[in-house]
Amino acid sequence: MSTDPHKTPYAPSVLEFKSSTFSVPVLVLSSDDLVAIEQQLQEKISLAPEFFRNSPLVLDLQELNKKGYDIDFAVLADIVRKSGLLPIGVRGGNVQQNKQALELLIPVYSIHSSGVSADTQKQKTIMPTPEPVTDSASTTLITQPIRSGQRIYSSGDLIILAQVSAGAEIMAEGNIHVYSTLRGRALAGVQGNTEARIFCSDLQAELISIAGNYKISEDLDETVRKKPVQIYLQNQTLIIKDIA
Amino acid sequence: MARIIVVTSGKGGVGKTTTSAAIAMGLAKKGHKTAVIDFDVGLRNLDLIMGCERRVVYDFVNVINGEASLNQALIRDKNCKQLYILPASQTRDKDALSQEGVGKILDALKKDFKYIVCDSPAGIEKGAHLAMYFADDAFVVTNPEVSSVRDSDRMLGILASKSRRAERNEEPIKEYLLLSRYSPDRVKLGEMLSVDDVQEILSLHLLGVIPESKSVLNASNSGIPVILDEKSDAGQAYADIVARYLGEDRPHRFIDDKKGFFGKFFGSK
Repeated sequence: MSTDPHKTPYAPSVLEFKSSTFSVPVLVLSSDDLVAIEQQLQEKISLAPEFFRNSPLVLDLQELNKKGYDIDFAVLADIVRKSGLLPIGVRGGNVQQNKQALELLIPVYSIHSSGVSADTQKQKTIMPTPEPVTDSASTTLITQPIRSGQRIYSSGDLIILAQVSAGAEIMAEGNIHVYSTLRGRALAGVQGNTEARIFCSDLQAELISIAGNYKISEDLDETVRKKPVQIYLQNQTLIIKDIA
Repeated sequence: MARIIVVTSGKGGVGKTTTSAAIAMGLAKKGHKTAVIDFDVGLRNLDLIMGCERRVVYDFVNVINGEASLNQALIRDKNCKQLYILPASQTRDKDALSQEGVGKILDALKKDFKYIVCDSPAGIEKGAHLAMYFADDAFVVTNPEVSSVRDSDRMLGILASKSRRAERNEEPIKEYLLLSRYSPDRVKLGEMLSVDDVQEILSLHLLGVIPESKSVLNASNSGIPVILDEKSDAGQAYADIVARYLGEDRPHRFIDDKKGFFGKFFGSK
């Protein structure tokens, strides 16, 4: 391939860097027993061989290292490859493991967005729409009630001065304010803004979500139901706080 | 200026046709020239409730298709000269209605009539959509139970977003709540939602409460709008509703137990 620096400066751009989000299976290991790992991996794959064939995979070593087990990453990567999976990353590894990974040309990811911890098990995650977060400014103000079956989307903040009925859905890339009863679904930070918050003066929502982290009505604590609250995200956990 | 009133609900069997017949009669009795249109093409009922089923020659669809003139299809009520009925077709379905055709008929009626009452079919599909599309006012008929309230809420959303007024960014349709088949005894027992419960969910201006009443069934069977049965509770409730709609200030009745003294009125919120 030519890397001639004297190429004409008028050449049209042939590439572009874009940010994108993918859904990739993560293999979380909790033992350093390589034989057991290989065996159980085979068992899992045999359940859905088509699904796993040549599937990309991220190896999560956080649990393993927490427990003080050490594992030879090169051997592990080999086992995974032999099983027909393609490791494309490692996270939660120690210095030695990260080094081994890079030698095998497997990228190292930070643990920053690691899995859901035990105390947030009731909270589920929707994959945020894979688009970069943009600073959009437009705030939508609505003075009429949002009725069952209506959907409202704001590319910025959403302020509603009337009630949101059960069966209605309000979404905003920014914050959501409801200065009345919230009975429907409210999704803030729908493009992945984890700083977004939901405020309402009477929480009776069917579902609340911030940046894809959601809770359904059933999971709402009785102490916050029918109260004026704010909802925000802290360490991947939805916090609902009384603001009376 | 003529006003188009749609009587709607989303849910079926809540009393739309009974209400349409009663309020159309009530408005006409007050001296306003009124037309009532049955939009329930295929499930024609209004003519039965109005007691004019034997005089139907042409119907709504005939007029839309240009097979009959509006004057040929309009049936003048026996009881009130100011009231005309435009029956639905029983042999067609709702696809026979077109937005353009309905619009033309309503425009023609507006020249001649003060009030045009549109009796909407149940559901939120084409028939119901066309019945509400041109409306100025909406009477949302709701029974005091959760599924009816939910459906009414859905219908209110459609009124607010899919009507001609909404599409043209005009002043929105005026919405009124009519709570029908209300039984204070059952509310007390917790078997029914109360007026307050329904008001809290729908947050809508309450035009009136119509009590559950045998007189409604009797009136329907005999083809006389219940509002003409002035002794009945339901008839009086509809008379109140018409008066309130026309701007009279009447206290709400039939919300409290019947055993309560007649003069003990309860105001709405």
